[in-house]
Order: sequence, then structure tokens, then C-alpha cells
Amino acid sequence: MTEKKIDRKLIRHIALLARIEMTDEQAETLGRQFAGIVAYMDKLGELDTDGVEPMAHALDVRNVLAEDTPGRSLPVEQAMANAPARDGGFYKVPKVIGDSQ
Amino acid sequence: MTKPDNTQPVIGLEIHVELATETKMFCRCANRFGDPPNTHTCPVCIGMPGSLPVMNKKAVEYSMKVGMALNCTVPEFTKWDRKSYYYPDLPKNYQISQYDLPLTIDGHLDIPLTGGQTKRIGITRAHLEEDAGKNVHDFPAHTGVDLNRAGVPLLEIVTEPHLRSVEEVMSFARAMHRLVRWLGVSQANMEMGQMRFEPNISLWVGDPEKVFDESAGYFTPIFEVKNLNSFRSLERTCQWVIDYHQARIAEKGRGWSLADVGKQNWGFRDDLNACEFQRGKEEAHDYRYFPEPDLAPVVVDDAWRERIAKQIGELPIARKARYLDKYKISEKEADALTLDSPTGDLLDAAVAAGAEAKRCVNLMLGKGASIANERGCRIAEIRITPEQLAELAKMLAGGKVNATAADKIFAKMVETGDTPGKIAEAEGLLAIFDAGKIGEWVDQAIAKNPQAVEDVRAGGKKQKKAFGFLTGQVMQLSGGAATPAQVQKLLHEKLGG
Repeated sequence: MTEKKIDRKLIRHIALLARIEMTDEQAETLGRQFAGIVAYMDKLGELDTDGVEPMAHALDVRNVLAEDTPGRSLPVEQAMANAPARDGGFYKVPKVIGDSQ
Repeated sequence: MTKPDNTQPVIGLEIHVELATETKMFCRCANRFGDPPNTHTCPVCIGMPGSLPVMNKKAVEYSMKVGMALNCTVPEFTKWDRKSYYYPDLPKNYQISQYDLPLTIDGHLDIPLTGGQTKRIGITRAHLEEDAGKNVHDFPAHTGVDLNRAGVPLLEIVTEPHLRSVEEVMSFARAMHRLVRWLGVSQANMEMGQMRFEPNISLWVGDPEKVFDESAGYFTPIFEVKNLNSFRSLERTCQWVIDYHQARIAEKGRGWSLADVGKQNWGFRDDLNACEFQRGKEEAHDYRYFPEPDLAPVVVDDAWRERIAKQIGELPIARKARYLDKYKISEKEADALTLDSPTGDLLDAAVAAGAEAKRCVNLMLGKGASIANERGCRIAEIRITPEQLAELAKMLAGGKVNATAADKIFAKMVETGDTPGKIAEAEGLLAIFDAGKIGEWVDQAIAKNPQAVEDVRAGGKKQKKAFGFLTGQVMQLSGGAATPAQVQKLLHEKLGG
């Protein structure tokens, strides 16, 4: 991970991915802090992990599965109680094109 | 520049199939299409903080079933990952999908091509993820979001880039549509978005025998076209993109290459019957996959695999071959009867009940298909039993009813659920047998069974049994059409018993 330099471009990219706006000054500060965090985490790279299985989950649990039996959904009013805007039964958002899938 | 002589379409497909479970993938909200917006949601599927997903067992098993029917391996260990991106139809801002350890891998599907040949298409993987909600564009100034679909189990099947023509793409798409319906894991109704295609289309410019051999040619940019929800749009898109690549090669030559331009996303516009540019490689998404911490991995053992394998049964291609071979029906008839498994099951059960296959097929694809068509359902769903079908087929075979009467009886049978015999009698549709026809069958039975005839004539202990046997033989020759009383009367006359 450390091969990647934490420069302003990378900070801007991460900010875009997280949909966060920031000033150049903030980007500068965050860049320094990021570099510090990454350097700290790099200590882990010093460990010899040969022969250690990659971890898929923090707990040793498997096959937590539910039966396909319908339960209760929320009433529409409750489900949409926190919606900033709505149009009838729909959440209302700025005009977008298409579906994500 | 001129059009190059040597170009070869190279196409891979991704297919999204919504699984027909009762509930969603990670919560127990109903998985149902067409209800009022946002009536099937809960904290899990609308992405409320602190809510936790629990995997739907049936969704896992349906996916295994498809994977195994596609000859995939089901590895022992599988896990889920978060794929992050922002879109209004994705409330959590990530989709739970599978990245490096999918549920099923490395399979194939043999697809039919014209001329009776088949071609093996590699399946890279079939993994289980969740569907997004639906953006509704009916509003003039904004978009509406319906999250009923958010979290519906979605199987993504990915092929190797083995498809080499529009014909092969279409054959594969149809075979896949048939397969998932066959397995009963999805309605695969494309108008409802339950099956969506995503082709990746490129042209190989160079020796078509040496695709992927960089010394023998190069690829044009790869166009990925998402969300095609009809066979027509899939076919049109593939042809459109192939033509587009041809035109760009003619215009730009070697500059129109994957190396120079990269991969692009295009969208199909139904209204224009053409594709339009969406984004290039510079704007490619950065999904930042990482293991989903809220879901436990799934471990599949042999016992589980075997249990699912048993549910698969005979697949459409094998069944079609069997019908052609055993039932001696036409290619077209065999196709019509293997669109789904219950329809073929009905036929098989009627044949097992002693009816002639060809007669059953004619009834099913005649009156049966027309009733199914009127109702918009499958032939197996018009509610006739194998026994009814077999009896009617036998009545036809024995000349007890003619074809016109059989159609009337069929319709009545579907309507009332009565046996064809009862309907025929009540409606006066039975053919009237002259003694002459039955006499012919009696003569045949007598000629073929001299020992029984002798036993009857000799009288004594064996007489009754032999007489019964001969009656049975005549009944069989008549296909069950004659009545035992008529037969016995004639046998008595002819044998003097």
C-alpha cells in the first residue's frame, strides 16, 4: 500500500469518492494526516504472514442463514419519515438518468 | 481508410437474474414486483445505520442450482464483499456482491446453432448479489425512487468472451432464459426487469483463427452496454456496436484500439434504436471492494451440494434430445415442449399412463397451446392432469372420438376438470362404432391368439380366463374405444361360446 504516494491528487480522488467538498488547505492537512496513518498501519507489513489464511470475517462464524419466510415490513410513513423530500410514495431526488445496475 | 477484411466480433455476456424467492436477500421483506412504491422496505433494505443483513438460504440454494446446471464448481468457501458507489437507487451507498470468492465458478453451457450444431460457451462465474431499487423517471423535474426492489436477490452470470456472432449471443441468451425458468429459480420476465443482459463487445482485427494472439491482430475498444431487458434490444445492440466498430476502424484504422481508447460504457436508447456514449475509461468507477463485515461466509459441504444436484434433474437440452429420439416428434414441437419443465413433465406422465406420445403432443400443442396463449400461461398451467390427457389421447387413438370432438372435450375438460370419458358421454361426442369395425378387431385378436381361442371353445376351467384375455386384446386393439359389452357380444357370436 505504501508504494502509492499520498499526494493532493489522491486526496482529491478520495474526497470525490466520499462526496466531500474541501478547501486546498484542508486537503493539505488531510494529506499529511493520511500519510501519518498509512505509515503507522504499515507496521503491520513487518509481520511475517506466510502461511496465515486470509481472514474473511472477524468472528469464526459460518452459514448464518435465514429461512425464506416473509416477515413484517415498515409502514410507508415510517419508512419515509426521514426522507428529505418525497412525492407521494416515492423518495424525491434530483433528476438522474437510468438505474445503477 | 478501407474496411479491413479480417474482423471477428468477440463478445462476452453478463446476465442478471432476479431470483424468485419469497423474501429479499438480507431481510424478510417481500420480494414482489408491481406493488405500490416503498411498501416492502425495512431498516435493512433502506440502509438504516445499525441494521444488520441476514442471508436468505433459498437465494443461496437457487444460485447453487443455476451454477451446477451450468456445470460450475461450487467451492467450499464463499464470501460477500461491499462494492461502493453512489446512486439514488442504492440506499446503503454500497451493493453487497461477491468479488474474489464467488459462489460458483468455471462452468459451461452448450448452445444450439443453426444446422444442428452446438457450441460450448465458458461460464466464468455465477455469483449472488443484491438488486438496487428503481429510479422512476415519470416526473418532469425530479426522479422518484422506489426501494421495493432494493435487496432483491440477484444472480450475476458472467461468460467467457467466447461468443463470436450476434446469432451465438442470441442463442446463448435464449438458452439461459429457458434454463433459469426451467430450474424454477426465476420467472425471468424481461419486461419486469427480472432478466437483464449486459454484453461486452469488441472486434478482433486480424486473423480470426488467432483471437487473443497479439502477434496476429488487436482488439477494438470494448463497449459495455448495461441493462438490456429484451431479446430485441440485445440483438439490436450487438449488431449496432459491431457496425459502429466497423465504421470507426474504417475511419481511424489502428487508432481505434483497446490499447488506445480502453473500455467504454454505452447505453441502448429504445427510442432511437441505437446506442449512445455514457463514459470512458477515465471516468470508470472505483468500487473499492472489501469483505462485508456484517455477513458470515458460507461453507458448502458435499452433502449440501448433492442435495441441490438432486433437485436439478433433466435439463432442457437433454430432454429435447430424448423427445426427438423417443417420441419421434419434430424439432419445433420438441422446442415448444421444453420451454419449461412442468409442460414436459405433463407429457411424460401422460405417456407413462399409456398414451401415445404423438397424440398427446398434438393435443398439448393444439388446443392446449391455444388455451395457454389466451390465458398468458404455460401449457402445464391450464390445469389438466396427465390422466385426463392420457385418456383423451387414447380415445382419439381408438377412434372413440374424432379430432374435432377431442378439441371440444379438451376445452370442457380444462373448464370443468371432468374426465374426458364423462364429458364425451354427456355432450354426445362419442363416435358410434359399427359392429363391422369391432368385428375386425375381434377377428384380429382371434387370429393372433389361437391358444386362447382353443381354450374358450374347449370350455372347462380355462374358458373364463381365456375369454377375458381375448376381450382384453380386442379392447387394446381398439385403443379403449370399444365397450367391453360390445366386444363380448361379438366374441360370443364368433366363437359360439
